[in-house]
Amino acid sequence: GGMLAVVVLLLLAAAGPGRAERDVLREELLLSPLPDGDVAATFQFRTRWDADLQRGSVSHYRLFPKALGRLVAALGVRELHLALTQGFWRTRVWGQPPLQAPAGAELWVWFQPTVTNVDKAWKELSNILSGIFCASLNFIDSTNTVTPTASFKPLGLANGTDHHLLRYAVLPREVVCTENLTPWKKLLPCGSKAGLAVLLKAERLFHSSYHSQAVHIRPICRDASCLAVSWELRQTLTVVFDTFSSGQGKKDWSLFKMFSRTLTDACPLASQSKVYVDISPKNKEKELLEVTPPPTSVHEATVQGDKRTYAVYDLLSPSLFNTSRSLNVQLKWKRPQDSSDLPTPVLHAQRYVSGYGLQTGEISTLIYNTHPYRAFPVILLETVPWYLRLYVHTLTIITKGKENKPSYIHYQPAQDRKRPHLLEMLIQLPANSVTKITIQFERALLKWTEYTPDPNHGFYVSSSVLSALVPSVIAMKDVDVEHSPLFTSLFPSSDGSSYFVRLYTEPLLVNLPTPDFSMPYNVICLTCTVVAVCYGSFYNLLTRTFHVEEPSRGGLAKRLANIIRKFRGVPPL
Amino acid sequence: MAAAVPAVGWFHAAATLLLACCSAALASGIQDQAEQFFRSGHTNNWAVLVCTSRFWFNYRHVANTLSVYRSVKRLGIPDSHIVLMLADDMACNPRNPKPATVFSHKNMELNVYGDDVEVDYRSYEVTVENFLRVLTGRIPPSTPRSKRLLSDDRSNILIYMTGHGGNGFLKFQDSEEITNVELADAFEQMWQKRRYNELLFIIDTCQGASMYERFYSPNIMALASSQVGEDSLS
Repeated sequence: GGMLAVVVLLLLAAAGPGRAERDVLREELLLSPLPDGDVAATFQFRTRWDADLQRGSVSHYRLFPKALGRLVAALGVRELHLALTQGFWRTRVWGQPPLQAPAGAELWVWFQPTVTNVDKAWKELSNILSGIFCASLNFIDSTNTVTPTASFKPLGLANGTDHHLLRYAVLPREVVCTENLTPWKKLLPCGSKAGLAVLLKAERLFHSSYHSQAVHIRPICRDASCLAVSWELRQTLTVVFDTFSSGQGKKDWSLFKMFSRTLTDACPLASQSKVYVDISPKNKEKELLEVTPPPTSVHEATVQGDKRTYAVYDLLSPSLFNTSRSLNVQLKWKRPQDSSDLPTPVLHAQRYVSGYGLQTGEISTLIYNTHPYRAFPVILLETVPWYLRLYVHTLTIITKGKENKPSYIHYQPAQDRKRPHLLEMLIQLPANSVTKITIQFERALLKWTEYTPDPNHGFYVSSSVLSALVPSVIAMKDVDVEHSPLFTSLFPSSDGSSYFVRLYTEPLLVNLPTPDFSMPYNVICLTCTVVAVCYGSFYNLLTRTFHVEEPSRGGLAKRLANIIRKFRGVPPL
Repeated sequence: MAAAVPAVGWFHAAATLLLACCSAALASGIQDQAEQFFRSGHTNNWAVLVCTSRFWFNYRHVANTLSVYRSVKRLGIPDSHIVLMLADDMACNPRNPKPATVFSHKNMELNVYGDDVEVDYRSYEVTVENFLRVLTGRIPPSTPRSKRLLSDDRSNILIYMTGHGGNGFLKFQDSEEITNVELADAFEQMWQKRRYNELLFIIDTCQGASMYERFYSPNIMALASSQVGEDSLS
């Protein structure tokens, strides 16, 4: 009896604090000097919540933002990825991006199999997100939404992937500014008041070559046995500062120079708060970089097929703020860097539109595989708006002078005003080669109400997406998400010999034949004038008759009226 | 004779007294009306701030709207009660030498864009249709809350519009216009649906006074920065 009571008490004690689902916040800043002297800063805030959002039984939100939690539960969202980007990541010069997004707004969502009307849920989702992030995501409709079949596989837990549950849309014309950053910051548990988020000041972040902020929500395994599901929210912000233009020509940088702020403490709600600085030696002999203050530890990892060394500053360790109240990480170049030793990334791509006139044109995509001996396949996803009519019979893929037939093609032609073109191909890239993919198109005439208020700016074609498993030089071990830096666990790793890369090409700006919008007004004026002059004079000629009028003396009423008119100063009757 | 003079004098006195009373009553009537305006029983405030111009050379219109936005926020109306419509993005425009800032004065002291701005309708969303839908409340059901004017019959609403205008119309985004008749009808719809208690309409365009010529709903006070026939270099 007594034993039973003790056991029951123990169980209650264990279940008591566990009633509120456990949520954990980790924040991290990765500072990587880029090969040409610029600096990339990647912020990641990861909230992991051991709750089952789908059951709808959740009512108490602590670190996980309520706006997103309720969205996921109400609309049956399995995975959500929203990115707002300004600028373009120059892969050839800067290297492989940790996480790239196309210019503008990109939204891709996997819905749960229980959702019956995916299009309706998609429309509602884009409207709600447009309200949360102050972005014009309500312009996402069937004319810019596609359902890819091979790209954009789920990044979280998934059992069965029916691609009809996936929706992908890009708004290339979307602008990112402070009004998008403010709600993004408000979703963070500490806001922008403590921790790494104090560095996020709009005036510095938008004075950059590349700014990308994203929200990623996905379900993950709660533990190794994967019996229960946890939800992970990652908020990432990548910014590339041009240190030459803002650093008076010197490549040395510091946190204060970049953000005009320094770090003073960690977010009290975070279980981990770290700053990683990439100090990997570019050539194996000497160290090029010197970081001050001395880091709390040094971490080595294999990231994207490369062995890299990081100086780690743990904001939660008490020794960091011993000497000074604020942490200002500074980096100095010990010797000037040769521009000749810029490493080229294994996979990079370029896209451009060619042709002349306003009737036809050609879109060309060049994909480079610079690996010396390994070939690998890449999935190319192109979404072209319906008003550029693609001629698929002109699609040519040429590698090293020979035709390269893709092993998988999925083409969905556009329907005017309903659906864009979707072209997905799996192309094998031979080692050390350039693959050129060209397709011709014709420009359509839009109805005059369909033009934007500034049609002479041009119309955007959103970026192509390249997804590939790039072979890596060094074998990579499986990462334990909970104990390794966040930037190593962005994409699930399949095996140690390759790493997943998703690249985006440039968006294209195409001019459509634009009418003269003042013509309706001109036509109305001209027609009315012609009608008035011609018909009016004709009518007058036919119906106007002339009478001679005798001037009459008039009666009393007329005389009274004339008196009043005299007073008024008006001529008499 | 002596009896006639006092009679005439009495008549004059009575007439002047009557006249004085009438004028006093009239004057106090107008005074009363003006005072009444400040004695209304409203319980909440809303603001609809619209900038209707696109392109970099219309930077000043965005700066105008943001100045009013900052004043209105400083005086206590929260973001949830402000519908801000900016037809173009000036702060993060590639031509802006100081990104994420908008200044309303050439000495560039005060950044009216600030760190905490919520733009509800941006860029191509600022159209005559959306503006009228916001005012009248006839909005598609999927519109988020921040884009709605959720006023009731005890709300005082400030409507501020700036841009390029003419005699009887205001230009939206260089491609369409809203006329003073449409605006008056929209306000009448608002009155009939009891969507406002009092309305303060401020218009900052060329020939702005023409925009309030056709108002026929009660409880509206309108201000314009220029008379008909005048250019407002706003």
